[in-house]
Amino acid sequence: MGIATREAYGNVLKNELVKNPDVVVLDADLGNATKSITFKSVAPERYFDMGISEQDMMGTAAGLAACGKIPFASTFAIFAAGRAFEQVRNSIAYPKLNVKIAATHAGLTVGEDGGSHQSVEDISLMRSLPNMTVISPADAREAEEAIKAAAGYVGPVYIRLGRAAVEDIHPEDYRFQWGKGEVLREGADVGIIATGIMVAKALEAAKLLEQEGIQARVVNIHTIKPLDRELIAETAEKTGKIVTAEEHSVIGGLGSAVAEVLVQECPVRQAMIGVRDSFGESGKPAELLAKYGLTAEDIVRAAKGL
Amino acid sequence: MMTTEELQARAKNVRKNIIRMLGEAGSGHPGGSLSIADILVTLYFEEMNIDPAQPKQPDRDRFVLSKGHSAPALYATLAERGYFPEEELLRLRKTGALLQGHPDMKHIPGVDMSTGSLGQGLSAANGMALALRLDKSAARVYAIVGDGEIQEGQIWEAAMSAAHYKLDNLVCFIDHNGLQIDGSNEEVMNVNPVGDKFWAFGWHVISINGHDIEAIREALQVARTVKGQPTAIVAETVKGKGVSFMENQAGWHGKAPNAEQCRQALLELEGECK
Repeated sequence: MGIATREAYGNVLKNELVKNPDVVVLDADLGNATKSITFKSVAPERYFDMGISEQDMMGTAAGLAACGKIPFASTFAIFAAGRAFEQVRNSIAYPKLNVKIAATHAGLTVGEDGGSHQSVEDISLMRSLPNMTVISPADAREAEEAIKAAAGYVGPVYIRLGRAAVEDIHPEDYRFQWGKGEVLREGADVGIIATGIMVAKALEAAKLLEQEGIQARVVNIHTIKPLDRELIAETAEKTGKIVTAEEHSVIGGLGSAVAEVLVQECPVRQAMIGVRDSFGESGKPAELLAKYGLTAEDIVRAAKGL
Repeated sequence: MMTTEELQARAKNVRKNIIRMLGEAGSGHPGGSLSIADILVTLYFEEMNIDPAQPKQPDRDRFVLSKGHSAPALYATLAERGYFPEEELLRLRKTGALLQGHPDMKHIPGVDMSTGSLGQGLSAANGMALALRLDKSAARVYAIVGDGEIQEGQIWEAAMSAAHYKLDNLVCFIDHNGLQIDGSNEEVMNVNPVGDKFWAFGWHVISINGHDIEAIREALQVARTVKGQPTAIVAETVKGKGVSFMENQAGWHGKAPNAEQCRQALLELEGECK
């Protein structure tokens, strides 16, 4: 098992982004949880704890960006995309300000804190905003590379990070390609398109399917917006069946984004693995993933059902 | 430095243009635009270090109109100062025009922050003040919030942050005209005592008549001497100032004058008929 993508955020802030004097980091009293606090130890003058006020944090980040800074605003996904949605919309996305939103503790794997804190709507909310880029890394290596790339890109970016440790699926020399999906495994029988922690599950599912003689193509969509429409259409053409998998609601997330492409470019049957229009609950992350149908076995069942 | 009379003449032009542009647009917010004209001309013609020829110059002073619906006053001031031709004002709110219903920094020269959704501008002003301080810039940041607007919780988050970070390069005017869409502040949601609230949040508070150019000028001078805390200038104003039938009428918060009302208003502003 590797480390959590939020840990990667802390590492890349402290080791890499600190070298860019324009980078500033904000948090809303969650620096120890989001790991943004690591930046404070190396650049305290560029670290702003805004207290428990996410709306003010987003607006402050917008003002910093308007004066040439590259602010990373960190908090839990539920507050970043939820509570501060309209600040993100009107103070950041509408004026296209160069703010990076590092949204940690996304999805069910928040675990014990329960449904109030498990954001399963944030991808949907953020990808509906014009000017917003939405990135959902699959492992720590990809998170680091994506965060570095986000710092170099001019414009608002929402980066979805997790609380729990995730398997490393990328090699050390992995190169992150902005807006490009990644084919992790070739196969012609079914296409599994996944994002975030579900990419590792998709690879696991592909192995299980292989044992039954089914070859799955596995695609990692780390950039949900702008979406790699070509790769999605090509995967549908090649396999004729698509399963999407995300630790997010099936309404408005990756599954919806893929369906929007397929219906226009290459209509094929699609099964969606995700949270089915419900809130989460307290529990251990692995138990919740099983209860809400987000396991490799669920992906296998969905693939065979098409 | 301009004389008080010169600034008053600028403010009169701004008020006349507010009426003209709203009459032409057929919608918009005259009341709160007319109430801040004197503050805006004092900022843009005297206080702020700006160059209309270089609207993005990094070391410039910044202005955030947190009460973004008063955009006509800002646009009229920016045109008066030479950021864009006065003719643009008459295309306010038209499809494809430069001047959006609320300030849009992406397209409009001289607009430093997009605003309009109430409560958000002061946070952005704080961020600008932090950025300028990090850059060791002498530039200052000015904001105007509405008295109804301070009912938004985010204003008080920002008020706390500005004091916490000791933003003495920030000045926030509170346009205290006492009225909002549904009626008086007292009827809708009491905001008083405004100055005491900002004081309690750690601001240096100055109360003035917001139509007295010399008082505005003096308050801004005092703000420059305040160290270690932001300054709030509570400006007692008259909503609809300068147009008799609009003054102190909540009904003129968000309603454009018709042709006859425009004619009447412009006559009054010229001082030919009162």
